Amino acid sequence: MRTLIVLLQKEFLQVLRNRMMLPLLLILPTVQLLILINAATMDMKNLKITICDHDKSSVSRRIVNELDASDFFLLSNESITVKQGLAQIEKGRVDMLVVIPLNYEKDIVRNRQPSIQLFANAVNAQQVQLGYAYLQQVLKRFGGELQLENAELSSKKMINVTSSYWFNPELNYKFFMLPGILTILISIIGLFLTGMNLVREKEMGTIEQINVTPVRKYQFIAAKLIPFWVIGLFELTVGLIIGRFIYHVPIAGSILLIYGLASVYLVGLLGMGLLISTFSNSQQQVAFISYFFLVIFILMSGIFTSVDNMPLWAQRINIINPIYYFIDIMRGIMLKGSGLRDLWSQVISLIVFAVAFVTMAILNYRKRG
Amino acid sequence: MDKIIEVNNLVKKFGSFVANDNLTFHVEKGEIFGFLGANGAGKTTAMKILCGLSKPTSGRVMVAGNDVALNPEKVKSSIGYMSQKFSLYDDLSVVENLRLFGTIYRLSRRQIQDRTRQTLSRLNLYAERNRLINTFSLGWKQKLAFSSAILHRPRLVFLDEPTSGVDPVTRRQFWEMIYEAVADGITVFVTTHYMDEAEYCNRVTMMVDGKIEALDSPSALKQQYGVETMNDLFVKLARK
Amino acid sequence: MKTFIAFVYKETLHILRDYRTIMVLFLMPVAQILIFGFVVTTEVKNASIGIWDQSKDNASLQLIQKIESSGYFNVENYFINKQQIDAAFKSREIALALVIESDMGAKIMQPGGASVQLLADASDANTAQILVNYCSAVISDFEFQQRLLPNNKSIPQVEVRMLYNPYLKGVYMTIPGTMAMVLILISAMMTSLSITREKEKGSLEVLLISPLQPHQIILGKVAPYVVLSMINAVSIVVMGIFVFDMPVVGSWFWLFFINLLYILLSLGLGIFISTLANSQMVAMFASMFGLLLPTILLSGFIFPIENMPVPLQVLSHLLPPRYYVEAVKIVMIRGGGFLYMWQEMLVMTVFLVLFLGLSIKKFEIRMK
Repeated sequence: MRTLIVLLQKEFLQVLRNRMMLPLLLILPTVQLLILINAATMDMKNLKITICDHDKSSVSRRIVNELDASDFFLLSNESITVKQGLAQIEKGRVDMLVVIPLNYEKDIVRNRQPSIQLFANAVNAQQVQLGYAYLQQVLKRFGGELQLENAELSSKKMINVTSSYWFNPELNYKFFMLPGILTILISIIGLFLTGMNLVREKEMGTIEQINVTPVRKYQFIAAKLIPFWVIGLFELTVGLIIGRFIYHVPIAGSILLIYGLASVYLVGLLGMGLLISTFSNSQQQVAFISYFFLVIFILMSGIFTSVDNMPLWAQRINIINPIYYFIDIMRGIMLKGSGLRDLWSQVISLIVFAVAFVTMAILNYRKRG
Repeated sequence: MDKIIEVNNLVKKFGSFVANDNLTFHVEKGEIFGFLGANGAGKTTAMKILCGLSKPTSGRVMVAGNDVALNPEKVKSSIGYMSQKFSLYDDLSVVENLRLFGTIYRLSRRQIQDRTRQTLSRLNLYAERNRLINTFSLGWKQKLAFSSAILHRPRLVFLDEPTSGVDPVTRRQFWEMIYEAVADGITVFVTTHYMDEAEYCNRVTMMVDGKIEALDSPSALKQQYGVETMNDLFVKLARK
Repeated sequence: MKTFIAFVYKETLHILRDYRTIMVLFLMPVAQILIFGFVVTTEVKNASIGIWDQSKDNASLQLIQKIESSGYFNVENYFINKQQIDAAFKSREIALALVIESDMGAKIMQPGGASVQLLADASDANTAQILVNYCSAVISDFEFQQRLLPNNKSIPQVEVRMLYNPYLKGVYMTIPGTMAMVLILISAMMTSLSITREKEKGSLEVLLISPLQPHQIILGKVAPYVVLSMINAVSIVVMGIFVFDMPVVGSWFWLFFINLLYILLSLGLGIFISTLANSQMVAMFASMFGLLLPTILLSGFIFPIENMPVPLQVLSHLLPPRYYVEAVKIVMIRGGGFLYMWQEMLVMTVFLVLFLGLSIKKFEIRMK
């Protein structure tokens, strides 16, 4: 036991004494949490459009005004010809061109079903689809007004749709990003740094001196892993504090549960780091192998894009993705106040993951030494 | 005389490559035993086995009364070791290193404190005890490493090329430390490239291609092979 | 010159002998592009929706049917009270719930109309809004169908031409973004470790004492990785083209050139990090941390830059990946040539010169 403690002292001293490591560990995550959380917004706003109004009737002018007034579109200018408008799209100055054909008003009045033309730079497919949908909405609403004016049968609303946003009524997307970014940060610590630290002694040759002493393998490994577990939880704390006090992200559920599950999660990652280190001879190898898994797990986990949108085979892979479970847990507990009962399936998966990886790691370490 | 190391028919193979070919020798308690040979002759392999770091393919090896194949952990507890590449952690201070290794070898806190003070005073380094190892010159690092290796007063200490890269004056001082340790009852097993250091040993053995080509006191060997210096002996044997 | 070549040769040997890293270096981008191309999408498909049908009449059943067949939603479960919905949100079983109030069929025909509620799990505010929009659109369509009146003819029609991406493939956004991320991370990581490793092992002195000039050392360390990274870039582009049907509307030459430029600047960035870092762990941490999140979040890869708060938009101007993504999209999808991309290329060149220059400077300082 004393051996373990003194080994831990050594490890902590070595990590913390590194003049660069310490500030990096403190500053980089903090800075990123402070800045990057603000980045993630899908609010579609200010889609740059240009309009080519051939009709120049009161109807068409009203359409132009509607579009201009909408938050969603930013009317860059009006084009005189379709060619001009298209050129602007090509140059990247606008994303969409709306063309109102000649005699539009007349045709509408005569029920001839004229069409408005939309040319869109569809490289960003999602943006365009939403743009198209918004355009439709604007026009439909407008059409509704027209109908009233034309004294046709009133287009009464047949179905009233009300929407309510639970857990986050102000639609603060930062609430969503904080657990995500925090998860990524502690994952990097738990997986990357652990693996590299383990291989470091191998690489620098200092491991020989330890091997010759009566230090048992489990003591050595525990001393290598525990510091990063602690550092990981420390980063978690920093992140939670920043989230709570700077962004006012709620912590609706139990903080104890967060720490408890984060501990399990970190253990799993440490196990994975240990496993990777048994396959590597150099820090570089550990770094790359860890990077490979980490980035895949992150992008598939649902942090940035919804898991539901992913194809079935991807969702199957997520079964072994610990980040996938943990992010649900973090968001659930923090934003929705989920408890153990709600998250039991994620929790079980996390535990299985942790146990599996630690076991595999230990077995492999024994074999390869 | 007590045999602190007994090696009988030690064979170590890596696949079909025979690194140690039927070695038989012993080391007496209290002697300075020199383990010489060219690189690749099998010195390091043999030493690793003696330290309990690897297991023999066949043969019996007893170190400090323990069979290395059966009780490697007991062997490790009873020896000291100074590796060639490194011994103390660069980014820890002298006391932190000594406390680390002292604890690992089961010394009590009191013992560690006392022995640290003793050792550092003898080296006139007590005032520098909180300096990080990487601030010391190579010569001092090696001396400190040796002190650390014998802090727990093992019966036997292994030194792997302990004076590599160090100036002659420091080398002399280092060997004086070795003599002091021997006077305290520690047996010293040392490998070295410096043939003049071989003269300081009670007995030496020369390994060539995995076999022991010579085993005796330096003077006896020089007479036997008709050479003036151990260097000449080395050249003669290694050429065969 | 001969010394330089010998140096590059030695560096290359080092790299090639580390077969594990080589494997990862080549497989990784391939695997990542494949996964991201298929996986990272912001298009809505099969979103889990739950339904509380208080009507259970023909009309509500038809509505539910329509939602199910829209392709956007998967009806996971039917609920009978709010607590169930709450629990389903908390365990992430569903992201959206539709509550259909009673007597829908009858109320639809009456002046007040029928009512439905969309309850969204807004912990993911973005998705919540998108889902609400999509579902509203489906409901709107349903409404349309219910009208047997000729009014619908007055609703303005829209004819759409989707330029450059007629099939509205989401990959057109994600592939360039993934390329940006993969290339910069791998390149920077590779070189960030290279000089740092020598520092850790103590062999840096050897380099400094050798007759090699600082600029030769830096360039010599970067050179072998250029080839590696270009091979990566090529495999990524090839996969983008053959697996994801990315077009290459513009010129191959410019595509090649942009990639080369980006790779060089990424390698330069890595080398610069390695001149600063005092241990490999530090170098890795700095490059990973410093690049991963900013590239994902600020390069326009997943979240559009225009919608971000202004300070972040400014920040995004400092990130090389942003320019690369823009340039790649211009070349591959829009078919633009030099005239359209010269700004992006200029910025990337500036970065390149900056990183390599700073590294050489740092080295020169060290030598003194």
